[in-house]
Amino acid sequence: MPGKILQAKGMSRCIACYSCMLACARMVYKSFSPRYSAIQIRTRGGIQSRLAADICRGCLDAPCATACTAEAILPRAGGGVKFNRKKCVGCGVCAQKCVVQVIYFDEQACRPVICIQCGICTGFCPHDVLSMEVRQNA
Amino acid sequence: MLDNRPVRVLLIDLDKKEIMVEQREDLNGWLGGVGVATCLLKEHLLPEEDAFSPAQPVVLAIGPMATIYPLVTKAVAMFKSPLTGELGESYAGLRLAMSMRFAGYDAIVIKGRAAAPSYLTVTPRQVQFNDARGLWGLSTEESGHILRQLSPGSGHRSTLRIGRAGEKQVAFAGVVVDTYRHFGRLGLGAVLGSKNLKALVIHGDLNIPIVNSAKYNRIYEKIYRQAVETEIMEKYHGLGTTGNVEPLNALGALPVRNLQASSYPEAVNLSGETFARETLIRKLSCSGCPIGCIHIGLHRRQFALGHEHEYESSAVAYDHELVYALGTMLGLTDHRHVYALIEKVEQLGLDAISAGVALAWATEAQEQALIGLQELQVELSFGQTAPYLTALDNLVSQPTAFYQALARGTWFAAKEYGGSQFACTLGKNEVAGYHTGYANLIGQAFGARHSHLDNAGYAIDQELQNKTPAVAPEEIVERIIREEEMRNALNCLIICLFARKIYQFPVVTEALSALGLCWTEEALLALGKKIYREKMALKKAMGFRPEEITIPARFLETSAMQQRLSSEVVESLRRVMVEKLAAL
Repeated sequence: MPGKILQAKGMSRCIACYSCMLACARMVYKSFSPRYSAIQIRTRGGIQSRLAADICRGCLDAPCATACTAEAILPRAGGGVKFNRKKCVGCGVCAQKCVVQVIYFDEQACRPVICIQCGICTGFCPHDVLSMEVRQNA
Repeated sequence: MLDNRPVRVLLIDLDKKEIMVEQREDLNGWLGGVGVATCLLKEHLLPEEDAFSPAQPVVLAIGPMATIYPLVTKAVAMFKSPLTGELGESYAGLRLAMSMRFAGYDAIVIKGRAAAPSYLTVTPRQVQFNDARGLWGLSTEESGHILRQLSPGSGHRSTLRIGRAGEKQVAFAGVVVDTYRHFGRLGLGAVLGSKNLKALVIHGDLNIPIVNSAKYNRIYEKIYRQAVETEIMEKYHGLGTTGNVEPLNALGALPVRNLQASSYPEAVNLSGETFARETLIRKLSCSGCPIGCIHIGLHRRQFALGHEHEYESSAVAYDHELVYALGTMLGLTDHRHVYALIEKVEQLGLDAISAGVALAWATEAQEQALIGLQELQVELSFGQTAPYLTALDNLVSQPTAFYQALARGTWFAAKEYGGSQFACTLGKNEVAGYHTGYANLIGQAFGARHSHLDNAGYAIDQELQNKTPAVAPEEIVERIIREEEMRNALNCLIICLFARKIYQFPVVTEALSALGLCWTEEALLALGKKIYREKMALKKAMGFRPEEITIPARFLETSAMQQRLSSEVVESLRRVMVEKLAAL
């Protein structure tokens, strides 16, 4: 059974509460700041417009992993990647190679803020926007 | 502030285009929010000078828990109010508190007057003074669009802007925060207009590492689950604050047609249920709040009349106070018409409550022939939307001496033109949408900012309803002051007051302890009391004289919750309150 990946299929229900971002920042990156979250909720033209989620799309054979020469980022069964922070050398190539440009490179810490498909964010969505699902073509 | 670090204050001088950052350890004992803001206001204020004097400060502040815990989402603004001539204090949500937190500032003080229309961009690394000549005269929506294009940090920034009302220094002009929230009350928009400051964009993306992760996560989770999995917050998410319209109407506590009545059959057409059923399209939240109390409705209307199938639409936020001030107070009978007035008020950048109450008073003043077509330039009539739209434009463009007076507030216009007895103001501020009884009146008349949110007198009235024997004036006054002190403490944090049942003092102390801040319940309450005294002293320095407060006759003429209020009881409450304030 392949692993599940994060989906944001209910974005029309999103209330922009940022609870998902705060959960990722708090529990994965140990930061209070929602910028340090691998999921980013954004507006597309102000808050009157639709909201969109910038999330890892769980690539199979992910380019960010392929590009990581330090083997800090490794492909994960079912899509997406595993990240070993200790092995990371802080080159930032993963962020450049991300097809959908959702890896934020923290210049201060010299480490990427990258989704590890842990699903913690889904547990803090009050409006059933987020889910963990098996990739369609996994 | 956080982990007992000094309070970090950004000082901005618009005259010199200079900034300074202060690390204020001495402010740590004031916790944050309104405590810190009160101190900074006191420090920079020129109490006897005009509210529009360039040297007057505008203080913005957040609390130590901002964005860090669920529902702690507000920022406070303090200033000298051009409407009342005394304490200006207003709260706004959406992304402002988050942006300030992660821009690295606990408070911002803005002084001086820019030489030409300007806007500020504040980021963790710099403050830019930008040319806003091209934005001057634009609506709050248009300026918002442009500012978003010009500024960094989508999703992590807050955009504060004024409309034409602020530019023209209408005494009750507000500030739009991120389109759907506001520093509405008491004229902050006019103060920014007087400083030639069209807008302020704050972008925050700093990393603030969590020190005590295990303890913090546990407390966060407990509060979060209580917010989303219990019934405590459901009414704010469900119908939202407009869920109050029908119950208040049933109680006989809903101001109607300039408070000539306290209920009317058509209230059902303006109820939260009607809004939700007919036009609610989505809900939104302030950053860090999982509730989603911001209710957005579809304002759809035809244009190019005579041509079929031509429609335009916009997404407009509605709340109880707006539905009251621009709906029931003006005798409207169709919820769709309320949207038209809300949208107009938003675009001009007016405070909705003050604008609605001003128009309601003007309508009755016209009915009583105190003013005529020459002054108003339009025939106002309860229930008619189009003339009110024209009058709102006139309030801002001020084509006659009457509108110039009305732009200084209902209290001032009534003093000039007559009709003070039916001007629904307390302490020179237009009243909120509850006519519940004595505690509501006294609470607003003597509250620090003359707001229903100072001490929630309306809730005290509902609690004390039908109590026999009647509760003594001393006890009512005591409860009002105690509530205001408690709210001062909560407003140091600054929690959304909708969540006050979650943030009881034991929860607050536990939450603060996970951030390295040791506060006992007693210390919090003592701080609330201290802030109350400081605010009242500041008010007195600005000219507030409790003994001069009067209650307009209209509040006693119209029954409140089926009860005719007695002038003797009001007088005894007034006397007790004046004595209490004198003894502070």
